[in-house]
Amino acid sequence: MSPEPRHPDAPRDSRRRLTALAVGERARVAEVLTDDPISRRLIEVGFVPGAFIEVIASMWPAADPLAIRVGGSTFALRRHEAERIVIT
Amino acid sequence: MSVDTAELRVAFVGLPNCGKTALFNRLTGSRQKVANYPGVTVERKEGVFAAPSGRRYRLLDLPGTYGLKPTTLDEAITRDVALGRVAQEPRPETIVLVADATHLPLSLRLALEVRRLGLPMVMVLNMSDVARRRGFAIDREALSRELGAPVIETVATRSGGADALIAELERLAVPTHPVPPVSGWQEPTAAEVTATHTEAARLLELAGYREPLRSRAVAVADRILMNPFAGMLILAALLFFVFQAVFSWAAWPMDLIDAGVTALAEFVRGALPEGSLRSLLADGVIAGVGSVIVFLPQIVILFAFILALEDSGYLPRAAYLLDRVMGSVGLSGRAFIPLLSSFACAIPGIMATRTIPNLRDRIVTILVAPLMTCSARLPVYALLIAAFIPQRDIGVFNLQGLVLFVLYFAGVASALLVAWVAKLIAGGQNNHLLMLELPDYQWPSWRNLALGLWEKTRVFLARAGGIILALMVLLWFLSTYPAPPVGATGAAIEYSFAGQLGKALAVVLAPIGFNWQIAIALIPGLAAREVAVGALGTVYALSGDEEAVTTALSSVIASEWGLPTGLALLAWYVFAPQCLATLAVVRRETNGWRYPLLMLVYLFALAYLAAFVTYRVTLAMTG
Repeated sequence: MSPEPRHPDAPRDSRRRLTALAVGERARVAEVLTDDPISRRLIEVGFVPGAFIEVIASMWPAADPLAIRVGGSTFALRRHEAERIVIT
Repeated sequence: MSVDTAELRVAFVGLPNCGKTALFNRLTGSRQKVANYPGVTVERKEGVFAAPSGRRYRLLDLPGTYGLKPTTLDEAITRDVALGRVAQEPRPETIVLVADATHLPLSLRLALEVRRLGLPMVMVLNMSDVARRRGFAIDREALSRELGAPVIETVATRSGGADALIAELERLAVPTHPVPPVSGWQEPTAAEVTATHTEAARLLELAGYREPLRSRAVAVADRILMNPFAGMLILAALLFFVFQAVFSWAAWPMDLIDAGVTALAEFVRGALPEGSLRSLLADGVIAGVGSVIVFLPQIVILFAFILALEDSGYLPRAAYLLDRVMGSVGLSGRAFIPLLSSFACAIPGIMATRTIPNLRDRIVTILVAPLMTCSARLPVYALLIAAFIPQRDIGVFNLQGLVLFVLYFAGVASALLVAWVAKLIAGGQNNHLLMLELPDYQWPSWRNLALGLWEKTRVFLARAGGIILALMVLLWFLSTYPAPPVGATGAAIEYSFAGQLGKALAVVLAPIGFNWQIAIALIPGLAAREVAVGALGTVYALSGDEEAVTTALSSVIASEWGLPTGLALLAWYVFAPQCLATLAVVRRETNGWRYPLLMLVYLFALAYLAAFVTYRVTLAMTG
């Protein structure tokens, strides 16, 4: 298993990420890090500041991928995708 | 693509899974034309319909997208067509934005982005019946006012469910005229995308949009079906059932087709005088067409399951469950659907890889697709197993069945291995996109299922059938000419080009235990793997109907080959890339010779290696 990917522009960003949530937990999106096609797509599908999210399911053993409910839709995200999402 | 000014060009735009295709099917029925956009392998679906007034509409079903910032080739096409940037594709005069009424926020955001393109737009709330039943509410008129575009309701699954859309298009009466391409359009920035979300939320609030809480039943279903353990068990059971059904339900229609083709060939043989024409028709054309359509029952049944599972919303969840396993060898969970299709035939499987956004993932999926045991290998497996594996029980298992299972398993395992090696070669990074939407569950609609199947069948027959038929005729020629010299004793095929080639090949194949008879049979087997069975019958100069030949062949090879050769040929067939049609489709899908050649070389190398090891080990063990 590879170590969790870190983002070049936020290596020591200590804010909570979506990946810190357990199944069934809810939170709000604060920000999506990195401006690249993956992040832009995350924003497009509804991970915008203030949006409510809930972790619906996560896969054994490393909680990768995750199923996230956002704005009336559910998306499966790989962990490194979910890692970009800062929550409050 | 002729520009008919009397027809209004309407493009359907919407999110993936919004019911766009169902609505398109409702309007156009089977009057559809499926092709590719020039230069790329993105499917172009067009259909026509006439309104009661007699006015004609030409509909273009654009690939589903979340926005005008593409991440896949498909999405780029949607953007480019809407902007008028695709060669030979006139810009549409009107856009129908199809929204799933149970899924409004993202659709409305897309609508806001599309509205900026400056084309007349109609927004359609599809599946409005389901939405109302589930407790969604929206003031359609208010939304229309705020959006500045008509908003109407449709139910694509019901007869007449699209009448409101037709009426609206008629009412708008957009004149047919060439629309110039957009100039100066800029891709929206992250901030602009966020702004459209805010705007969509504002409009929805003004229109009194309410959506129900996620239903308990769905939450429970997801908890079970997406549970890492229960979900996996259910998936395994489901796949087992599907395969069981594919093989048992397809048996009698396949027999029927087989009998029909044989009877037709017999009829031609009886009706025509002995000669080249008779042989070409009976052994080349009819046998060639027969070898393709005999697999249709299996393909149709497998696709019926795949389409039903896709419609119901389950397939993306299966991809979610398998993403970890497939990700560990460098594949995406999205590769699951193409690989599943490849068990029927690699050709539709390879065509289904278009949904994989990452090019490298897609290429690897294409390269390993032929390792899934396609139905054409079954007749070969059946013959060899019957000849070399004793009918014996080991515990609760039957030895022959067990060997068949091992062959299937060997294919899957080697696919994972090859993908893993490809990942090592291409660099070990694993940051590919999954980002897969898991849509709400719903019952599949029969009509959609039927139309979807019809389309898959048509595409398969057109793409595979043409190639296989041409090859069969070519191989017929190679194995018929030159005719045997007067007074020859062996089978006619021995003296033909194919026979000479086979004998030359036998030198190379001797180390893996293949004799010249096998080498000759492998050549016509290039058209489709199962043809090798018939070719072996020809080489051993057996006559009679197919069943008799197979039975006789089974005992001939059992006595002449020996176990090591039999097992080596089985191992060979797990890998052997003996399907030129697959290679032709790979060339088409990847726009070049590089990947088909790579596939050919690596599969031959693996086949040779596997057969060599099997032959030598068996030889050593049996003494």
